[in-house]
Amino acid sequence: MTYLEAIADAMRHEMRRDERVFMIGEDIGAYGGAFKVTKGFLDEFGSKRIIDAPISEAAIIGSAIGASLNGMRPIVEMQFMDFITNGFNQVVTVAGTTAYRWGLPVPMVVRGPSGGGVGGNPFHSRNAEAWFAHATGIKVVCPAFPDDAKGLMIASIRDNDPVVFFEHKGLYRKIKGEVPEGEHIVPLGQARVVRAGTHCSVIAYGSAVHMALAAADALASEGIELEVVDIRTLVPFDEETVFQSVRKTGRVLVAHEAVLTAGFGGEIAARIADTAFRYLDAPVRRIAAFDSPTPFAPTLEQAVLPNAEKIQTAVRELCSF
Amino acid sequence: MKSKQRSAGRTASAPSSGLTSDQRKEILTYMLMAREFDTAMLRLYRQGKAFGGVYSQLGNEAVSVGSAYALDTTQDVLFPMHRNIGSHFVFGQDLDQLMVNHLAREGSQMRGTDGTGHYADPARRIYGNVSHLGAMIPVAAGFSLADQLRGITTVSLTFIGDGGAQVGEVHEALNFAAVHKIPLILIIENNQYAYSTPNSLEFACERLSDRAIGYGMYGTTIDGTDVELVYATCKEAVERARRGEGPSLIETKTMRMRGHAEHDDFSYVPKELLEEWSAKDPVETYITRIVNDGVMTADEITALREATLANMIAAIDRALERPWPAAEEGFKNVFMSV
Repeated sequence: MTYLEAIADAMRHEMRRDERVFMIGEDIGAYGGAFKVTKGFLDEFGSKRIIDAPISEAAIIGSAIGASLNGMRPIVEMQFMDFITNGFNQVVTVAGTTAYRWGLPVPMVVRGPSGGGVGGNPFHSRNAEAWFAHATGIKVVCPAFPDDAKGLMIASIRDNDPVVFFEHKGLYRKIKGEVPEGEHIVPLGQARVVRAGTHCSVIAYGSAVHMALAAADALASEGIELEVVDIRTLVPFDEETVFQSVRKTGRVLVAHEAVLTAGFGGEIAARIADTAFRYLDAPVRRIAAFDSPTPFAPTLEQAVLPNAEKIQTAVRELCSF
Repeated sequence: MKSKQRSAGRTASAPSSGLTSDQRKEILTYMLMAREFDTAMLRLYRQGKAFGGVYSQLGNEAVSVGSAYALDTTQDVLFPMHRNIGSHFVFGQDLDQLMVNHLAREGSQMRGTDGTGHYADPARRIYGNVSHLGAMIPVAAGFSLADQLRGITTVSLTFIGDGGAQVGEVHEALNFAAVHKIPLILIIENNQYAYSTPNSLEFACERLSDRAIGYGMYGTTIDGTDVELVYATCKEAVERARRGEGPSLIETKTMRMRGHAEHDDFSYVPKELLEEWSAKDPVETYITRIVNDGVMTADEITALREATLANMIAAIDRALERPWPAAEEGFKNVFMSV
C-alpha cells in the first residue's frame, strides 16, 4: 500500500467506526481532493460527512473547532499545507489555547500535503511543522512510512487535542509498504529506530528519514554503520529514544527538510546538549534546507533542500571528528 | 427614531415584540444586571483593585439582553464578546463564577489561565471569545454545523464590533454560513469607534448590514438602544434559522459610552456625540417605558437596581477574598492528554 493509500485507509476506517468523524476541505467531495486522498469518500459517506467548503481556510478550520466543541471529531484537509497560513489564527489562537483556558477538548486533525522536491514553487512546498511545535497546545505529526501514516492518523483522530498532521507529498506515491489491515494504532509520542547502527545516529522525520536511510546504505560500504531514528511526532516528542541512540553511538546528526533556523532540529540538538552531553564524542550537527523560500526551478530546489549526499558528507565529518 | 435607523426594504415595519409584562420585567432585570455589573467593575477599577482591562459595556445593554432573550437558552448557544455581559445573564450566568473568572481568582473555571469575558460554561451553553476579535465567528458557525449534521437546529448567537467586522475571518465565516445555511446570528454592534478609530476610517459602506446582500443572507440595521426592537428583530432571525433559512446579519447602532477600556480617556470622542447618545440611554429609556406602561413602578425599579448593585459588589467582594490560583496551575492542562 502506498503512503497515500494508508492515510485514506485510516480515515475510512475511522469514519466507518465513529459517526462523529467527518471531513471538511476544498475539493474533497466529488473531485476526491487535489491529491485524490479522499477519492470515493463522498460516495461512501455522503455530503453531510464530506463537506466541500469555499476557499476559506479560517472558516474551514474555525468551523471544525466549533464542531469539535460540540462533540464531533473533524478531519480538515488543507489542499496544500502551505495554505494553513490562512487559517493559522484558528489553529494557534483558538484550538491551541482551548484545553489550557477552558479545559475542553478540541479533537480535530488538520492534515494535508507538505514538503518540497516536486517543483511546487515557494507556495506549494513549505515544511511548516516547527511553527506549530512552537505554538503550544498543538500536537504535530510527520509520518515517513505507510504503516506509520495509518497508525498515527488513527491515533490523531482519536486524540482529544488538536493535531496538525503533515503528509509529505513526495512520499504519497513513491513510498510503499506493508500496512496492517483494520485497526492499527501508532501512539503519538513514540520514536522508532528504523535502522540500527553503532557509529553515528541520524535523528530525522518525514522525508529526511528516507534521505538518511539512503545515506546509511551508501555509508555501509565505507564501514560506517548509521543508526536512523524516526521521531514520527514532534509534539509530543519522545526524547528518551533519541537519548538512547545518542548514548549508543556518541555522534549525532539531526536532519529535516524544513529550513535550518529555528527548525525543530535546533530543539532536538538543544535537548541532547542539555541531557546527553557527556555521551557525545562530537558536536551535534544539523542538515536542513537553506533558509529561503523553496525555489521553483529544479536546479535551485535541489540545491537548497537537504539530500542523502549532504547527510553522508556530514556523517563522514562527524565520524572523523 | 427606530424606523429611521432600520434598513429600508428588508423589513417594512417594526416587528411587534409580543412580550408579556413578566418577560419585560425579566428583560429589565437583565439590563440592570449588565448596567450594575458595569458600575461595580468601574468602581473596582477606580479603587485600583481590578485586574487586567475593564471593558465597559455601558450603552450596550439592549443589544446583549434583547438578542440573547430571543434564543432558547436550553438548545441554542451563545458566543459572546467582551461587551456582552448582559447576554451571559440571560443564559443563567452564575455571578460568583463570573467575578472569580474576571478577577482570575482560585476556583475560576479557567484556573487563572485567562480572565475577563473569555470563559466558557458549556453547561449554560456559553462559549467566550478570544482577544482576536472575529476568530470565534467561524467557531460559532461550526458549533451549529455539528448539530446540523445530526439533524438538529441549534442557533448560534454571536457578536462583533464595527471594528472587528473588518477582520477577514468574519467574511469567511458569513459566506460559509450562508452557503451551508447554518443557523447563525451575527450581531454587529456598531458603537461608532474601534478603540480610537471612527466609523469613517473603518468602512465605506452606508450600513454594515448591506454586506448581507453580498453573502446572500438576511440583513438589517436597527437602533441598538431599543431592547424590544433588538429582541423582536432577533426573534425573527431565530425563526428564520429554525425554518432552515440560514444565517442573519443584524447591525445594531449604539454608542460606546466609555473608552476602549478604562485606561483610555476617550478624549477623541466629541462631547456632543456622547450627549446625543446619552439621551438615548438604553436602560433609562426602557425604565421610562416600563413605568409608563405600568409594568413596574419607579420605586420598584429603584429598589431592584439597588439590590442588583449590592449583589454585584457582594460577589466581587467574595471573589476578592479568594486567593490567587496556585502557581502550579500554570503548568497544567496545555493538552487534554499527553
